Amino acid sequence: MSTRTIHGVGASAGIATGPVFRYEVREQVVERRHADDTAAEQGRLDAARAQAQAEIQALAAQARHDVGSSNASIFEAHALFLSDPELLEEVRTMIETQHVNADYAWKASMEQHAATLRALGDEYLAARASDVEDVAKRVIRILQGVEEQAAQLSEPSVIVATELTPSDTVTLDKRKVLAFCSARGGATSHVAILSKTLGIPAIVGLGAAADQLRNGMQVIVNGANGEIVIEPDEAAIASYRQQATALAHVQTEAQEKAREPAITADGKRVEVVANIGTPGEAPGTLVYGAEGVGLLRTEFLFLDRETAPDEDEQMAVYSAIMETMEQRPVVIRTLDIGGDKPASFLDMPNEMNPFLGVRGLRLSLAHPEMFQEQLRALLRAGAGHNLKIMFPMVATHEEVLAVREQIAVAKESLVSRDIAYAQQCEVGIMVEVPSAALMADVLADVVDFFSIGTNDLSQYTLAADRTNAAVAPLADALHPAVLRLIRMVIEAAHAHGKWVGLCGELAGNTLAAPVLLGLGLDEFSMSARSIPLVKQAIRRYTVAQAREIAQHALSLGDAGEVRVYLSTFSHAATSSEK
Amino acid sequence: MAASREVIVRSKVGLHARPAALFIKTSGGFSARVTIENVTRGTKPVNARSILSVLSVGVRMDDHMRITADGMDEEAAVVALADLVNNNFGETE
Repeated sequence: MSTRTIHGVGASAGIATGPVFRYEVREQVVERRHADDTAAEQGRLDAARAQAQAEIQALAAQARHDVGSSNASIFEAHALFLSDPELLEEVRTMIETQHVNADYAWKASMEQHAATLRALGDEYLAARASDVEDVAKRVIRILQGVEEQAAQLSEPSVIVATELTPSDTVTLDKRKVLAFCSARGGATSHVAILSKTLGIPAIVGLGAAADQLRNGMQVIVNGANGEIVIEPDEAAIASYRQQATALAHVQTEAQEKAREPAITADGKRVEVVANIGTPGEAPGTLVYGAEGVGLLRTEFLFLDRETAPDEDEQMAVYSAIMETMEQRPVVIRTLDIGGDKPASFLDMPNEMNPFLGVRGLRLSLAHPEMFQEQLRALLRAGAGHNLKIMFPMVATHEEVLAVREQIAVAKESLVSRDIAYAQQCEVGIMVEVPSAALMADVLADVVDFFSIGTNDLSQYTLAADRTNAAVAPLADALHPAVLRLIRMVIEAAHAHGKWVGLCGELAGNTLAAPVLLGLGLDEFSMSARSIPLVKQAIRRYTVAQAREIAQHALSLGDAGEVRVYLSTFSHAATSSEK
Repeated sequence: MAASREVIVRSKVGLHARPAALFIKTSGGFSARVTIENVTRGTKPVNARSILSVLSVGVRMDDHMRITADGMDEEAAVVALADLVNNNFGETE
């Protein structure tokens, strides 16, 4: 076997080497068999259900530990399905009257229930249908005597799968996962985000190339550039070991300098700040050298509850973050739900196309009372601090005017109640809809800043749903089309004396650093972990060099060409550090 | 002779998620056979102890729902379940 190399999209940086473990959901073949001893079939089913119950309880405990109790509650629904009396009666009757095996009766009944739920045309119920199928498969797997695969991870391995769901990643023993590789998925898929959180190297979007990876094969995975070396020879291993050492060196050096500012080789300083999703993350970002918060998502306050949080509750949470960050800038984004993140307390109609539906600012404007509570809470928390308010999913000039009107109303209300608030609070918008990017010169007149959300901007620009594994790799922020929109926004803002940040995954990608720097980006906002390396990347270039790189990248044909072009700089940078 | 009562579900999530789980747990505490039907949608009565059945009648916020119990403790069952719904599953809005 000779050394060869395949490529995917680097989703989480780091180098790992080890044997491949194919993690595939086995296609379950359930045959209809005649069963004379129906009592025995019933007994098999009961035993399998008992084991499934135990497995689900263990999963729930694991999930609570890894991802928190609200994400773990999904497994409680699984347990309820498992002991549903109607279901059990149906299955029992089918076994008794048709003399069929338990596997067949269970599968037939569960499939029918899943189909019924799906047919109701409700997003929430469709998700429960997937849960029903999940439970159905678990029981059948046990009935067929197949061990749960995760238990077989006997040695540290590189996990290779067609697709990894969040529940798969919960199941796997993270101490034995060297890297995640998947055929499907893009840079913003669940596995990408999760592996970054866990600090595990990951490559997604391998496509058909993933088929070359077989169980037990030795591989080297480079999560930074998306490269996998199969059956490496001595020379390849030596070269990668060197790269890993160099990377570790770069990381150590970067961490040492993390709290220093990001200043280009010719002396231009840019701001490097953190994206956070919960207040608890704020103190940790300072360790990685965050100079503030470029994006605080407020969804955590609204999801998994049955009533919206009121002004005082929100105000307390925002104030706590402002205290932690002292006088550092903190950009707080108003509620961004809809689409993939429905809120249970809002009667959100089922939409054919939620990503193009009532989400983000559209949803806030449709619920002015809730919107007012959030605006008042933000304005109050900003008093005496450097708080900036940002609005998601803005598509039109009219929406920005509506927002300004809403802010004026909120301020009036606070004035009439004689409550202190931030009078000079900066107001900005996310640029994630192509129309906002194209209209940036007009919008720049009515906002204080822009923050480019490249995850959504990419999916809307390339017309590729990033939650749809078949097209997610297309929604690539390095595509020249997206980069050109970014240039357009930065030029328009600067012409009006306004600043521009970027808070998508792209900001934390060291490959993209010279391009964004060259385009004139003022503020880079990313997961805190990425900050030290991005600061180092920025320090390597002069503004003139970065401009030249950006100009060339924008002239290329597609994201792949941009990635290849940019990786030549990243290699040079790594080897020159040795 | 069965006991029956019609209630309006005020929970924002309808009879899904936590309210559904609570409802099922409560109905399981009585010996009477309890069914619910979604009057607003005109569904047939289904077993109130079955999560799959309860979800399948798709009770959303402001839907009218009929609770029917048949058995020794039917009156107590209907009262307890109607209270649960009327008190919005213990949530304060």
